[in-house]
Amino acid sequence: MKQDEKVTMQETATVAADTTDKSVRRVAVQQTIVKVTVQVLLYAFLIFMALIVLFPFYWMIISSLKSLEEYRLAVPTLWPRTILFKNYADAFVTAKLGRLFLNTLFVGVVSTLLSLVITVLSAFAFARLEFKGKNTLFAALLATMMIPGELFTITNYSTVSNFGWLNSYVVLIVPFLVSVFYIYLLRQNFMQIPNELYLAAKVDGTTDLKYLWKVMIPLALPTLISITILKMMGAWNSYIWPRLVANDDAHRLITNGLRNAFTDNSGNTNYPVQMAAVAIVSFPLFLVFVFLRKYIMKGVSRSGIKG
Amino acid sequence: MKIVLQNLTQIFPSRNKKGEEVVAVNDFSYEVPDGKLVALLGPSGCGKSTTLYMISGLQKPTAGKIFFGDDDVTELSPENRGVGLVFQNYALYPHMTVKQNILFPLQNMKGKDRLTKEQMLERAYEAARLVQIDELMDRKPSELSGGQQQRVAIARALVKMPRVLLLDEPLSNLDARLRLQTREEIRRIQRETGITTVFVTHDQEEAMSISDMIVVMKAGVMQQSGKPQEVYDDPTNLFVAKFLGTPPINVFRGTVKDETLYIGEDAVMKVKGIADADVYVGIRPEGFIVDPNGTLHCKLTSVEVMGRDVSIVSKNDAMVSPTIRSIVDADTAIDTASETVTFSLKPHKVFLFSAETEERLYPEVE
Amino acid sequence: MAKVGSAIKNFFVDKFWRTFCVKWVWQGFCVNQMYKKFDKWKAWLYLLPAIILLCIFTVWPIINTVRMAFLEGYSGLAAKGGATFSFGLGNFIKVIQYKRFLNCLKNTVLLCVLTVPISTFLALLIAVCLNSIKPLQKLLQTIFFLPYVTNSIAIGMVFAAMFNIVGTAHGTANQIITTAGIINNVIEFFGGTAINWINAGSSPAANITVMVIYIVWNALPFKILVLLGGLQSINKQYYDAAKIDSTPRRRIFSRITVPLLSPMLAYVVITGFIGGFKEYTSIVGIFGETMGPPDDAGRLNTMVGFIYDSLSTNSQGRASAAAIILFAIILVVTLINMQVSKKRVHY
Repeated sequence: MKQDEKVTMQETATVAADTTDKSVRRVAVQQTIVKVTVQVLLYAFLIFMALIVLFPFYWMIISSLKSLEEYRLAVPTLWPRTILFKNYADAFVTAKLGRLFLNTLFVGVVSTLLSLVITVLSAFAFARLEFKGKNTLFAALLATMMIPGELFTITNYSTVSNFGWLNSYVVLIVPFLVSVFYIYLLRQNFMQIPNELYLAAKVDGTTDLKYLWKVMIPLALPTLISITILKMMGAWNSYIWPRLVANDDAHRLITNGLRNAFTDNSGNTNYPVQMAAVAIVSFPLFLVFVFLRKYIMKGVSRSGIKG
Repeated sequence: MKIVLQNLTQIFPSRNKKGEEVVAVNDFSYEVPDGKLVALLGPSGCGKSTTLYMISGLQKPTAGKIFFGDDDVTELSPENRGVGLVFQNYALYPHMTVKQNILFPLQNMKGKDRLTKEQMLERAYEAARLVQIDELMDRKPSELSGGQQQRVAIARALVKMPRVLLLDEPLSNLDARLRLQTREEIRRIQRETGITTVFVTHDQEEAMSISDMIVVMKAGVMQQSGKPQEVYDDPTNLFVAKFLGTPPINVFRGTVKDETLYIGEDAVMKVKGIADADVYVGIRPEGFIVDPNGTLHCKLTSVEVMGRDVSIVSKNDAMVSPTIRSIVDADTAIDTASETVTFSLKPHKVFLFSAETEERLYPEVE
Repeated sequence: MAKVGSAIKNFFVDKFWRTFCVKWVWQGFCVNQMYKKFDKWKAWLYLLPAIILLCIFTVWPIINTVRMAFLEGYSGLAAKGGATFSFGLGNFIKVIQYKRFLNCLKNTVLLCVLTVPISTFLALLIAVCLNSIKPLQKLLQTIFFLPYVTNSIAIGMVFAAMFNIVGTAHGTANQIITTAGIINNVIEFFGGTAINWINAGSSPAANITVMVIYIVWNALPFKILVLLGGLQSINKQYYDAAKIDSTPRRRIFSRITVPLLSPMLAYVVITGFIGGFKEYTSIVGIFGETMGPPDDAGRLNTMVGFIYDSLSTNSQGRASAAAIILFAIILVVTLINMQVSKKRVHY
């Protein structure tokens, strides 16, 4: 029976193939043309936009390697004729980048570590412990996220000057140790860890801190890494507050130093050296980006979910 | 319009590092007759959904051709094929009302096919009435029950009057009662519209009850096709025999010796023209006759009275299935106190399969 | 021998049960009770560092800022000298009457209104395109995310260099005008005329254009990331269904993609507006702390800039009033946005 059917089937199929309508073939061709055209246009647009996005980086790097004379040519060169690494040395000296680097690194590392401790403890309390007013307190904390930071800065400035903290490392570290957003992020992550694990640990007589260290932190490690990176990047990029409270040579941070060393945009500026300085400042960020992109993107897109 | 599938093959590149390709559908040829309802039937992973997606154009076959009527549509993308497809999860647009969902395919039409707004609405309501959801036109899909969503999905597939209607496991997301009701509905709608319809299911009862033809598949290979009753009565191999029928067929290990079939010690029947060999014996539940002088001896486990029929559960050392379930008339006299039960067999309900290939062995009919 | 074996076995079984009942269940129960009492103050112990810091640097500033805003002409320096201030709305009235403040407000609103729609639209376009290609997708995605991890002052300086006219205006007498800057070079290459973008004598329109380009460039990565994430979470079956129904690409975009993406779009727009109203550092990046071309300092100043200016002249009352106005504007705009998106955001 099966065999019979196969025979008739094949016959009809051959007949069908012979009488295939030309219009069907035309549609097929048309549809291929459209498909290819669309793909070409997509790539053309994306590559064009990607080039626009990349262009400033390209310009920064090639400019930083040119001599001032070459930089000022009427028809700019797209690749430096002679590669001048001396600009980087000059930039390092002119903007006193060494000191700025160390300051920023110190502030970044210390504030990240302290911030992590505080964030972990608070997130743990909000995620696992029961106490009166927990939800109210948490809601109040979240509400403060709506207020623009500038509103705090005004009072914080007088607070820290009353404390006598102006022009010190403390002033760069302490006021921003608590981030409601990071607490929120980590709490959400802690909440996903099943409560049974915590109860089991308690019955075994494990202390909370040991549990936190042995179970919660390893499980929430990706979030902690995201927080670390974002916090470090924050220190690297912070500008307004440091300028306000610690703008002396001893404590100045990198972004301030960079902007203040080259404030002149009259045309006398040695742009290649300036670009070299910018490249030096950007370089650590690129490194972080290349190696830890996954965590940054995760942290950033998670902040997208909270909306 | 008939659908012709010619040597259809779909090979997926390997997902693992070993580089093993997955042959989802292998050299599948079949002709779906015009205006009929055909079920692609098989366990999960047998390639039936892949076949359906190839007909719809959402997947391109690795080899082989597809014809709608006389048109070779193999190279056409889904938008140029004029098919209606009902997805397993319905894929109703969550942000549109039922009306907007049904109107959506009509609004896509271009050129001479383009309808006026009134015509579109009329067609949409016509489709909605056909599936009996014209009361729900202003609701969002999230406000509908599973069965209602399913009807909307069918209405959306039908409204543009497709040349071919494809349904992917249309009943799998419904509860048991709704499933029964909806499958009758699908049958009715298909009859009323006369659209050539292919639907995919893993439920043999569903396939048997509403389709004109069924195609049984296993591991990407078509096993058998035909009218449901024909396939049931005349399975070509052990897989098909086991897959069709509730309660399922009873399978025994047997031997053929001197043209006589033995199940265990019992010589149950003559099988002319079959060489001596080990075989599988499949006996449909309705193939048993309680007969004190019968040939097959079994240990009686229980007797379940189900109104019209009686179901006898028994055991035998040679059985492959967990129990033997036979269905006999309610007025059959059964000694329930006895520990054994003896059957004679209806020859046309007994199938022999080679123990090696599991292919059907046909004894000569006298 | 067998007896000894069974004794050992009994002992272990017995011991096991004793351990189980006494140690695990009973003690566990006690510990649990104890913990419950302990929890009450233990939780606060964990929160202590955060709460102390929040009280000093978040809660007190909120109270104090409101207080200062309503004390007419409040100045920190004068307050230390023993001056007292009367309660009133003077700070707010003064701020609103300030020409400089109005200029800041105008700049801020202008930048918001220009950059948010442009960057959202571009990001949507790029995200949709990225989502419909296969080869190179990861690479391009990475490139488009690159601007996110940059220092906005540093890259602002690069943009300034690109738009700058080298060797004009404030140049010394023996300086020869040699290059119009790479952007102008490109414009001239395509037959346009060079424009004075950011140097002395440049027009406000040119300045704003530069700012819009820079801010959009800066805002794209976050928006693309969020929108692409949203696109990738849309069930592919909707697109299959649309294909089956021969939906043209444009209609798929407007009737399926955009509505299904609307929660993400709303989020991107709202955060875009909030960020836009706090714009400050990107302007510092390009124009330096003069906040405008050299011959017109403060031309591009923003709300945040105004607050800091007031702070540096020790007018905390005025700064506070401006900060509260800024907060109010952000709140209102966010509420409006949410209201609109409630109507427009589907499901």
